Amino acid sequence: MIEVRDLRREFRVSEKAGFLRRAHRTVAAVDGVSFDVAAGEAVGYVGPNGAGKSTTIKMLTGILVPTSGTVRVSGVDPSRQRKELARRIGVVFGQRSQLWWDLPLKDSFELLKAIYRVSAPDFTARLAECVELLELGPFLTTPVRQLSLGQRMRGEVTASLLHAPELLVLDEPTIGLDLESKERLREFLAELNTKRGTTLLLTTHDLDDIQRLCPRLMVIDHGTVLADGPLADLRAEVSPDRVLVVDLEDAAPPLDDLPGVTSVRLEMGGKRQHLAFRRDVTTAAALITAVAARAEVHDLAVVEPEIDDVVRRLYERRHLGAECR
Amino acid sequence: MADGIYRKILHARLRGQLSYRGSFLLDCLAQAIAQGGELVVILVLFNRITALGGFSVTEVLLVYALASTAFGMSDLFAGQLNALPMYIREGTFDVLLLRPLGTLPQLMASDLPLKRIGRVFSGLVVLGYALLHNDVVWTPWSVGLLLVTPVAGAVIFSGIWVLACSVCFWLVDGQELANTVTYGSNTFTSYPISVYSGWLRRLMAFVVPGAFVAYYPALALLDKTDPLGAPAWLGWVAPLVAALVAGLAGITWTFAVRHYRGTGS
Ligand SMILES: Nc1ncnc2c1ncn2[C@@H]1O[C@H](COP(=O)(O)OP(=O)(O)OP(=O)(O)O)[C@@H](O)[C@H]1O
Ligand SMILES: [Mg+2]
Repeated sequence: MIEVRDLRREFRVSEKAGFLRRAHRTVAAVDGVSFDVAAGEAVGYVGPNGAGKSTTIKMLTGILVPTSGTVRVSGVDPSRQRKELARRIGVVFGQRSQLWWDLPLKDSFELLKAIYRVSAPDFTARLAECVELLELGPFLTTPVRQLSLGQRMRGEVTASLLHAPELLVLDEPTIGLDLESKERLREFLAELNTKRGTTLLLTTHDLDDIQRLCPRLMVIDHGTVLADGPLADLRAEVSPDRVLVVDLEDAAPPLDDLPGVTSVRLEMGGKRQHLAFRRDVTTAAALITAVAARAEVHDLAVVEPEIDDVVRRLYERRHLGAECR
Repeated sequence: MADGIYRKILHARLRGQLSYRGSFLLDCLAQAIAQGGELVVILVLFNRITALGGFSVTEVLLVYALASTAFGMSDLFAGQLNALPMYIREGTFDVLLLRPLGTLPQLMASDLPLKRIGRVFSGLVVLGYALLHNDVVWTPWSVGLLLVTPVAGAVIFSGIWVLACSVCFWLVDGQELANTVTYGSNTFTSYPISVYSGWLRRLMAFVVPGAFVAYYPALALLDKTDPLGAPAWLGWVAPLVAALVAGLAGITWTFAVRHYRGTGS
């Protein structure tokens, strides 16, 4: 569905350098990115501010022409076959409205129906589905400028789906939404992906979006891809440690001599112990058995590192690597 | 592409406009007054002299009216290009690129400034007056020429407009330059080119093909030989020039859009 090879995009930026002089500098916003996305996948594209996410998205959707490298989306070259591409994909920018500001939502949809040449029955069916799932009913006749952010985002998503695209690209779709609106949108997108098979590519700063929606995660920083794979694999890659939290019936000295345990943190005077262990040396089950042999266990839990942690460690690893070189 | 998409878009814009009916009338009035001002300049000028560059006042009015009508028609659509710098600066040009339509027609249809119809209308009134007060030989050919000229002129103006605005994809302040070229060429074409000095004349007649908008066709309508000695057939080739300008503008625009860089946020 998406094929990206050695993609690069530079921007010439000029800065004030003294009284009338300007200094020109070239920055590479995207610096040699390659990846593939197969039909039906849901991929999360994350990275810190200025990492190059939006720039990549703009090249995939035909807005920006790459400086070098190749892109194919839905079988076409986005910058050369822009209109062809526009019929096949849907795009949502969290920070940029595609609706007509002074028209009621319904009229915007009608215009898009004409622009994308959607047949009347298709249009009616698709709109009805979105109206139901995204609960657009109450504000269909409200001018877009009067909608709240959450309402408008639901409108934007609907607008991007009226022509039934095979790929939906979303740049920060949940930005600024409250928890409930985010959840509703995620649920809708998850269903779109699993039931309809629409391919999803989304950027976000909210890692819950990824957890909920994207089996595959791509991490980018300074224009290059740091990691790409299933969340679980990335987790194992950056942090071989898992943590077993045990609540003991009675306080005990630190259980740091059990096989595989790398560090121990005590709480409540030794009644609760956080045992970090190497997943390649022992298993949670073996460790639990070992703990039970030493003390009476009241409760226990195995904790995975938070997704934020995983991403943070990926950035750190890259920066450490850069310093070593 | 005339299959109703743009008609629908324009119709939607229209509905938005009609909600401000009062300001619409006021705008029309302002346009008419501005136009009247230009006319007064010509009339005052002829109060002192009887001929301008070898042309009588009614002949000058014919040139003026042809140019004014053409410019008014082009302003109706190409005038929206004035919003281009805003689209570029704010990054909203992104949205135009995401739709399966040409960016140029989308921009032109982004608003339907009915108030600008005032200009076309007053241009036509002056044109009517000038035609009645000149000795135009009416043949099927001259009628055809009269009908084609404002359309070709509008295309030439629009082409110049597009060419000039393409600069905005490179220069942040490109609009200043673009406005100078477009409004400047309107002023230029409103008078017989024989009133201008040599280099300016050649520049504006051929580099910016403004003389084909009104001057040469007016000569043909009046069956008058050019005081500057240009061949008579130049009065008949405005549509050809228009096609050339439009083609060049299209190519330039396509090239310029590839240099769009959006905004960082
Ligand atoms: N039009 C532009 N002109 C100059 N520099 C730009 C432009 N667009 C992006 N950049 C630069 O390119 C880099 C990447 O920007 P980009 O918008 O792709 O980041 P991002 O990953 O989307 O960040 P964010 O999370 O803040 O949205 C930044 O350093 C930015 O300043
Ligand atoms: Mg961004």
